[in-house]
Amino acid sequence: MLLILALPGIAILALFEYTPLLGNVIAFKDYQPYLGIADSPWVGLRNFLVIFSGDPQFLNALRNTLIITVLQVVFVFPAPIALALLLNSLLSERIKRIVQSILYLPHFLSWVIVVAIFQQVLGGSGLINSWLRANGHSTFDIIGSADWFRELLTAQVMWKETGWATIIFLAALSQIDIALYEAASVDGASRWRQLWHVTLPGLRSVIVLLFILRLGDVLTVGFEQIILQQGAVGLRASEVLDTYVYNNGIINGQWGVSAAVGLVKGLVGVALVLAANKVAHLFGERGVYSK
Amino acid sequence: MSRLIVAGTPPPSLFMRVVKAVVLTLCCALVIVPFVGVISTSLATQEQVIRSGGFVLIPDGVSWAAYKSVFAGGVVTRAVLVSILITVVGTAISLACTAMLAYSLSRPGSLAHTPLLMVVLMSLLFTPGIIPSYLMVKQMGLLNSYWALIIPTAVSGFNTIVMRAFFMGLPTELLESARIDGASEAQTLLRVVLPLSKAVMAVIGLFYAVGYWNAFFNAMLYINDTEKWPLQLVLRTYVVNNAVLGADQLGGSETLPPQQSIQMAILVIALVPILLVYPFLQRHFAKGVLTGAVKG
Repeated sequence: MLLILALPGIAILALFEYTPLLGNVIAFKDYQPYLGIADSPWVGLRNFLVIFSGDPQFLNALRNTLIITVLQVVFVFPAPIALALLLNSLLSERIKRIVQSILYLPHFLSWVIVVAIFQQVLGGSGLINSWLRANGHSTFDIIGSADWFRELLTAQVMWKETGWATIIFLAALSQIDIALYEAASVDGASRWRQLWHVTLPGLRSVIVLLFILRLGDVLTVGFEQIILQQGAVGLRASEVLDTYVYNNGIINGQWGVSAAVGLVKGLVGVALVLAANKVAHLFGERGVYSK
Repeated sequence: MSRLIVAGTPPPSLFMRVVKAVVLTLCCALVIVPFVGVISTSLATQEQVIRSGGFVLIPDGVSWAAYKSVFAGGVVTRAVLVSILITVVGTAISLACTAMLAYSLSRPGSLAHTPLLMVVLMSLLFTPGIIPSYLMVKQMGLLNSYWALIIPTAVSGFNTIVMRAFFMGLPTELLESARIDGASEAQTLLRVVLPLSKAVMAVIGLFYAVGYWNAFFNAMLYINDTEKWPLQLVLRTYVVNNAVLGADQLGGSETLPPQQSIQMAILVIALVPILLVYPFLQRHFAKGVLTGAVKG
């Protein structure tokens, strides 16, 4: 009886989460839509050649992906930690709650809305450029500029997610035993020394955990966000692995090659998480899962 | 409560307090100012939009012209209706499937309990690739159908786990007594469990609803027919990509308000439902996220 209740949900997961994994066999086939998956001819590893033979389009996508990842790890990852520490140090609970309500909001907006809002503020006829023009300054063209595209992406992610991402750090901060602060205080530690010797060590496990999960996404950078803005910027600056898979597969019909790139990307992600978890264990952290 | 009231530590210096106040005010302004601008521009008069070069922060007067033309029965009106339809139907289906699945997983020891739980948990670890997902939807004949926007994302493993954690916290005596009274599992779920779980159902329901309302990529992937576009796709075409939105698309009046006001009106329409449910979301989501993190 309980099994019957579980059926619709399990069926949906099986059909749309698990069966598509089998669809990855087309990475080893020359997929022809009119033949279907089963009847398309096998081609061995030919589709993977693009990855290892240095195809310039693929290399460009890989390079952009890695650069954007580095920017995001350097700027996006620490931002919520800093913000959480700042919020945690506020004396007034009320001000803290008001600030939180404001900063959590962008998380719930779709990427379409976020990109549109950025255009309105930073675009050619947007808030900042209109003001600059009215005051006789030259304009500042970030939107649609290939040179500034990566910085723009990073700023958008920070705007959308920094507030929301503080939640997990604030929860970890509230778990730190207050006695540790009292002890530090008795020993004459200043606020900064308490931050360094009590607060940050208290956050270490959570930071390590999130960092490992982030590593799994090294090759995944904001697909929706980028595809929305790709038209104006051009592929050279904006093509990343996920958009490469989409553009080559769905748009240009190179199904096999795209599936191969997607498959390798997924495997690399899993491998990185496992490797990072191993390293975390070596340093005595719990990581994503325990041994 | 506050961590700062620790005996013996002097309060933060005036300088530090000023720095904090400035940083936080700046962060809040970065979020609030664009919102105000979007709403103001959608309501501003034609003269002011032209005078300001496009984006208005503080409107002189209020004009509903942009909203009137957007709701005159053209592309945008239809997209709003499509989005409402998908959100309502999708949320109902998602809630039903998730509640049934979560309930059956909340009873350890039942038939195939562990393998089913693994199926749900493992689905959290990976996302199927774009190409295989597309082929799956295509193979099932769902391309260009509203169902393609609902069924593939109808069950979220994460939501299932959160709901299961809640169900497991219900007193077992109630379930026992329902069984003794001869209730079937389905009746127990419907008559005993769900009435006790209104809060969690509301939260998960909103979670799904926001997802359906905001979904954009699936529509771009699966829907070719512009007549079937949901609001987020219209937003992308006419606001992000700046396609011309004339009387042909909007229907109705001949004299259109400025393009920018219309664009901002569309943006506001996409925003309003989120803003309306936001106070509720914010209070419960934070808890939900942590429940999932702790018990998942």
